[in-house]
Amino acid sequence: MTMLSFEKKYRVRGGTLIGGDLFDFWVGPFYVGFFGVTTLLFALLGTALIFYGASLGNTWNPWQINIAPPDLSWGLSLAPLAEGGLWQIITVCAIGAFGSWALREVEICRKLGIGYHVPFAFSVAIFAYVTLVVIRPVLMGAWGHGFPYGIFGHLDWVSNVGYQYLHFHYNPAHMIAVTFFFTTTLALGLHGSLILSSTNPAKGETVRTPEHEDTYFRDLIGYSVGTLGIHRLGLFLALSAGFWSAVCIVISGPFWTRSWTEWWTWWLDLPIWR
Amino acid sequence: MKTHVLKKTLAFAGAAALAVLLAGCEAPPQESTQNGPAGTGMVQVKSPEREAAKRTSVVIPEAQPEADAGGQKASEVYQNVKVLGHLSEGQFIRVMAAVSEWLYPEQGCAGCHNLENLAEDSVYTKVVARRMFQMTQTINSKWAPHVGETGVTCYTCHRGAPVPANIWFKAPESDTPPYMGAKNGQNAPVKSVAYSTLPNEPFSALLVQKGAIRVQGTTAIPPRGDRMESGLPIQDAEATYGLMIHMSESLGVNCGFCHNTRAFGSWQESPPQRVTAWHGIQLVRDLNTTYLEPLQPVYPANRLGEAGDAPKAYCATCHAGQNKPLNGVSMFKDYKVELSPAKAN
Repeated sequence: MTMLSFEKKYRVRGGTLIGGDLFDFWVGPFYVGFFGVTTLLFALLGTALIFYGASLGNTWNPWQINIAPPDLSWGLSLAPLAEGGLWQIITVCAIGAFGSWALREVEICRKLGIGYHVPFAFSVAIFAYVTLVVIRPVLMGAWGHGFPYGIFGHLDWVSNVGYQYLHFHYNPAHMIAVTFFFTTTLALGLHGSLILSSTNPAKGETVRTPEHEDTYFRDLIGYSVGTLGIHRLGLFLALSAGFWSAVCIVISGPFWTRSWTEWWTWWLDLPIWR
Repeated sequence: MKTHVLKKTLAFAGAAALAVLLAGCEAPPQESTQNGPAGTGMVQVKSPEREAAKRTSVVIPEAQPEADAGGQKASEVYQNVKVLGHLSEGQFIRVMAAVSEWLYPEQGCAGCHNLENLAEDSVYTKVVARRMFQMTQTINSKWAPHVGETGVTCYTCHRGAPVPANIWFKAPESDTPPYMGAKNGQNAPVKSVAYSTLPNEPFSALLVQKGAIRVQGTTAIPPRGDRMESGLPIQDAEATYGLMIHMSESLGVNCGFCHNTRAFGSWQESPPQRVTAWHGIQLVRDLNTTYLEPLQPVYPANRLGEAGDAPKAYCATCHAGQNKPLNGVSMFKDYKVELSPAKAN
C-alpha cells in the first residue's frame, strides 16, 4: 500500500500506554501496539465462539443464528456454555475488543499529539453497548436481561423489551435519543451538501472559500455556526444520540416497570390544571 | 464572575431537573420473571413495592359458617325465590348473609330488600342482584376455560361496594365532525388505556360488539392497500391496541405475558396465558350482551352512563391490576353449591 509522503515522519516511537517498544510497530498501513494485539485476540476468540455457538444451534442461516444469554434463573452467576455461558464469554470478548480498539486509538492520538476526541467518541458507543449487556442486567439482577447475539434474535428482543413498557415511544429519554439521531443526520446532510456545493464550482469557476459557506447560512437563517463549530455541533449531536439511547434503556426496567405512557401522569397531575 | 454565576445557576438547574426525574422513578431492584425462551425479552418486570401494596390492599372476607344442606328448599320456605330456590334454607340464608357482607357491609339486607317485605321486588338492586346471581352461576359453570377451578363470587368484582370500582360506559356521542378535528377518543388520557393517545373507549366495538381484534396482517404486504384483511380501515387497528393496553394495565402485566411481539398473531409462539385471555374476551362479551346491557331499564338515571347506557364489565372489573384476581384466592370454593346453577348441583 502506498504511503502518503508525510506519513513517514509521524511514524515515530513512543506514546504507548503499555508494552513499551514491544508492539510499537506497523503492519502495512496499520499501527499495531499492545492493544492492536489484544483487539485481534479478543475479536478472534469472540468470533470463533460465535461460530461454535452457531454449530450448537439448529441453523446456519446467517439471519437466524442466535446465541442467547442465560435464563433469568441463572441470575448474575456463570451459566453452562450451551445455556448462555457462550453468550457471557462472547460478551467479555466484545468488551475486550472494543475497549482495546479505543485504547489503540488513544495510543495513535498520543503519537500524533492530537486530542482524544476520536477515542472519546468511540467510548460513548462502547458505553451504550456496555449499558445493554452489563449495567442494565446487573441492575436487574440477571445476565438474562442482555440481548441475544443474532440478527433476527436481537430484533425480536428489541421488540419484546419495548413492549415490556407497553409503548416505548413515550419513554422520555427515547424521545430525546431519537431526536438527536434525526438531528445528527440533518446536520450531516446540511454540512456535507454545503461543503460539496462550495468545492464543486461550475465549469471555469474557482472553488469557493469557507467565507462563502458561512455567508450561505447567514443569508439563509441569519447565522452560521462556523467551520470549526459545525464539527463541535456534529460531535455533540452524534454523541448525545448514543448517550440518550443508553439512558433510555437503562431506565426501562431498573427505574421504571410500568407502561411508559403512565410515566407522563406527572404532567397531567401538575397543580396548574389538575 | 458572570460565567461563575451562570455555571452555578446551570449546576443548580441541572441538579433540580435530575431530582425531578428521579422522583418520577421506581428504585431498583425490581422483580422479573421470564415467560418465554431465554433472550427473547419475554419477561415480566414488576416493582416489588407496588406488587406488595396490591396484595395487601386485597381483603378476603372469611367464609360464612357451613350451612345444613338438608331440610326444606328455599323455594318452599320463601316467596318469590326465582334463581336460588334449589338451595336448602340454610344455604340460601348463608349466601344472603355473604352477599350483604360483600356488597353492603353497612346497609346489610336493606341494600336490596324492602325490610317490611323481603320477598317483593320493589328495590331495583334486588332485580339487578337476581340477574347477577345468574351471571355468577353462568361464569362458574360455563367459563372454566377462563376462571378455571378458582371461579368467581360477587366479591371478585364488588369488594365491599355496591358498585364495582372498575366499570365502564359508552363514550358519549362525539360532537366533533367526522373529518378534521375528529379525535376518535385520542389525546384524552384515561387510566383504562394507560393514559396513551390510543382510542380511549375501544370497549363498545370490541367487548360488546364482536369487532375484529386480530388486526395484524398475515402477509408481508397488505393485500388490500389502506384496508386491513378484515376490510376495515387501518386506523381501526388502534382500537385493538387500546384494548390490549387495557388488558395489560388490568392484569398488571406487559405484552409479553400473552404474546411474542415479533408475531402478535401467532398462536404457536404465544405463551399459554393468551388462550386464557382469549376466553376472557369471549366471557366479557357474553356478560356485557347477555347480562349487563339488558339491565339498562332497571337502573335509575344516576347509575347510567352519559350515553344513557348500563354499567359494563371489562378486564379490570375483576382483575383490578392483578393477573390473578384477589391474589389468586378462590372464594368460590367455599360457595360451590350456592354459586353454581341448579343443574350442576
